[in-house]
Amino acid sequence: MTTQTLPAETPTTTGVVELSTVSRWYGNVVAVNDISMSLHPGVTGLLGPNGAGKTTVLHMMAGFLAPSRGTVTIDGKPTWRNPAVYRDLGLVTERESVHGYLTARQFVTACAKMQKLRDPAGAAQRALELVEMTDAAERRIETFSKGMRQRTRVAAALVHEPRVLLLDEPFNGMDPRQRMHMMELLHRLGDNGHTILFSSHILEEVEQVAGLVQVIVAGRLAASGDYRKIRRLMTNRPHVFAVRSSDDRRLAVSLIAEKSVAGIEIEATGLTVRASDYGSFTRALPRIALDQGIRLRQVVPSDESLESVFSYLLEG
Amino acid sequence: MSTVAFITARGLFGRRRALLLLPLPLLLIGLAAICRAYDVSPDMWGQAVIVGLGLVVVLPVVALIVGTGVLGSEIDDGTIVHILTKPLARREIILAKYAVAASVTAVVSAVPLFVTGVLAGSVKLGAALAVAAVVGALAYSALFLLFSLVSRRPVLVGLVYILVWEGLLGNFVSGTKNLAIGQYVITIADKIAPTAILESTIGLTTAIVMSAIFTVLGTVAAINRLGSFSLAGETS
Repeated sequence: MTTQTLPAETPTTTGVVELSTVSRWYGNVVAVNDISMSLHPGVTGLLGPNGAGKTTVLHMMAGFLAPSRGTVTIDGKPTWRNPAVYRDLGLVTERESVHGYLTARQFVTACAKMQKLRDPAGAAQRALELVEMTDAAERRIETFSKGMRQRTRVAAALVHEPRVLLLDEPFNGMDPRQRMHMMELLHRLGDNGHTILFSSHILEEVEQVAGLVQVIVAGRLAASGDYRKIRRLMTNRPHVFAVRSSDDRRLAVSLIAEKSVAGIEIEATGLTVRASDYGSFTRALPRIALDQGIRLRQVVPSDESLESVFSYLLEG
Repeated sequence: MSTVAFITARGLFGRRRALLLLPLPLLLIGLAAICRAYDVSPDMWGQAVIVGLGLVVVLPVVALIVGTGVLGSEIDDGTIVHILTKPLARREIILAKYAVAASVTAVVSAVPLFVTGVLAGSVKLGAALAVAAVVGALAYSALFLLFSLVSRRPVLVGLVYILVWEGLLGNFVSGTKNLAIGQYVITIADKIAPTAILESTIGLTTAIVMSAIFTVLGTVAAINRLGSFSLAGETS
């Protein structure tokens, strides 16, 4: 498979987190293929379809997986077999595992103690305040909703004020209110100078939180850099529509003159129209149909799935 | 007590499987008490109850439940990550968990064995059994802690060790006797309080040295394995 990486914003300085030509394979299966990236203070989104290798990348960053090739460092220090990195690192895994028999305060305080902080109780209180969990802090975690558990886990990961916070699919299973709350929290942490990386397979989540994105497709870094540039690349890709009308042939003739139309195929079942610009085409189509007196029976965008967006990026 | 030990102990007794620790010791004391109450000679029941149930079943099974409970369960449900993402030497984590496992196993098995020994013979026999149980707890705990790190099914591996290696092969293949913790335990108890009930098959020095080797090697290997602990990749 050959891929081209889109022109990324090459960072001029060394990042807090550095991946240098990192690959990871399981037997014959390559999960992560030659990825290099630098993470800087602020919020970065790690975007990619399910199974793309996001979790593998996060686990390697967090020292829970050895890279098969390449190096993963935080502040220049390797993360594998080096527990000292956890002084500067917080991890929130996708798996929702907590010591349910502890209260939120006990749990976060225990984490503070294991970080050997000087004032574990004070640090726990600050972390719980940050995630707005002080009201429920004396309740056992097993009585919490998913969102509350997630916030408690974030508090535990933040209690030692790490420079780097990694979150694996932090919005999964959250309701919209919890989601908004978590997004605000990540924003705030990013603004405070923390280096935050969160993974997601949902474009809109990343759009709302992260200015910078790293897009992973099939184990490779497909794009990296400013979100808006990548978004533009994604929206400017050709869009394919299946169109059926009262007179397909006449409609095709009129459409081919339209600037936003890149190509048309006439088939027995209708037209397949390739539009170069989603917006102008969807505005032009009804106008043309009206002018020609053609009745539109069906207009279906046929490649709107996220996977097609990713595969377009991959084709570069 | 370290925070890791605190969380481990809370986790151990907070789970329902902690209740599994009760019936076996109670059965052991109960059987001995019944035999004693009916004035049956200890020569008739001593070996079956003390060795057959106490040393061969109660001690290793308690050690297995506790030894896999302090680490295997946390690996199973993923909570281990909260302990591993701390700047703690992996040695510190394993030693805390080992301390909890060994001491809980020692108490839960040595106390009923002491009572049974007293009922079957003398305080000396009781004390000998208790000491042997403590040595057994130290060695078994290290082994089962290690099993939690080398296998996703530590309880199964532990049962195979107890039933097949110690139980079955130990009776037929004489060489395995030197590599079975159960034999060390019987030997140590027998050398402290020689009775007709216990029958040691190996030397005392071998028993002590081998127990120490199991304990140290198991713990060191567990520390090393925890250092390379990997999380599984994509779940979907």
